[in-house]
Amino acid sequence: MSQQTDHLADKARRQFLTKATGVAAATVVAPGVFLHSVGNAAPREEPVNDSVRWGMLIDTSKCADGCNDCVAACDKENGLDQLIKPEGASEEQWDMQRPRWIRSVKLKNNLTGRVTTLPMMCQHCEHPPCVDVCPTGASFRRADGIVMVDRHTCIGCRYCMMACPYNARSFIHENVQLKPTATPRGKGCVESCNLCVHRLDNGLNTTACQEACDKGAIVFGDLRDPESAVSQALAKYPAVQIRADLKLNTGVRYTDV
Amino acid sequence: MKGKFGLGLVMALCLTLFAGFGAPHAGEGIEGSSKAAKLDACVEPTDYMRRNHFELIKHQRDITVHEGVRATDYSLAGCVDCHVRKDAQGQHVPVNAPGEFCSGCHQYTGATLDCFTCHATKPTGNGQ
Repeated sequence: MSQQTDHLADKARRQFLTKATGVAAATVVAPGVFLHSVGNAAPREEPVNDSVRWGMLIDTSKCADGCNDCVAACDKENGLDQLIKPEGASEEQWDMQRPRWIRSVKLKNNLTGRVTTLPMMCQHCEHPPCVDVCPTGASFRRADGIVMVDRHTCIGCRYCMMACPYNARSFIHENVQLKPTATPRGKGCVESCNLCVHRLDNGLNTTACQEACDKGAIVFGDLRDPESAVSQALAKYPAVQIRADLKLNTGVRYTDV
Repeated sequence: MKGKFGLGLVMALCLTLFAGFGAPHAGEGIEGSSKAAKLDACVEPTDYMRRNHFELIKHQRDITVHEGVRATDYSLAGCVDCHVRKDAQGQHVPVNAPGEFCSGCHQYTGATLDCFTCHATKPTGNGQ
């Protein structure tokens, strides 16, 4: 019994220490100066619920042709830049198959010749086709709107890659040598953008791509909160869903496409 | 001919013996410079952890992946962070390397350790 009490006391002390360090981290920056994302940085204690729906608005008029900032930031954040070309594969093969969460896509209007560049990633649909077709439940939609792959149950069948209208999913073909703590990955699993879920779960409310875009083309936030930057921008600008005809209600929207 | 065979046998025996010296024994994996080596017990009492550590990790993985709960004592990243050892140069030694904390027991008991096909074997400092 006493052992149990000691154990509980230990636990309480540990929690206190965790919280105390959190406070220190927020105040150390500078007196009176709070980094927006550091202020409430603490690991999530309660399960996510649907009072939040994470989403994005991308202003493609700000996307410069040839700019790769968001793709590079995503690769770095999620360890995709550490993957190496398999032995014997050609550059073209690797370019086609290398895992990417964001692709830079170029659209050309054949009538007018106008070219638009935009980042294309998982659109975090309300009714995701990848979830419909997954035979094991590995592809799932979290309560806060993030569409993810549970790699513990993914069997690598790649049905989801076929079902996704946005070509947003990648497959890991080879064993991975360097694995970041926040984004585990291994041979035989599918993966895609998860809106930097490790950041959101640790109390930050930014994504790597949004942070990297110095032109402010990406606005990220809670679609359910009318006061959030993304909701305000959606109310103001004419935004569209890509392939709106599929009625998937995507969480990622675009303007000026 | 016979002498040479005898010599070979003695050498083989010596090699086996020396190899035996370096080999870890089950339960001795926490020796050394890991954070765990300085603590009396893990997140639960030691005898409980010995039998149930995988139950804890398995339930935690579902809660974290599907519900986003990260403030927890039972994360695999937590195991690695605490049990990883540093070598003489101050570099982390992968926790699944032969004789390290995880594989020390898992090799001994012949249990397959699959976590590290995908998970980081040392802290990489980009979120838990």
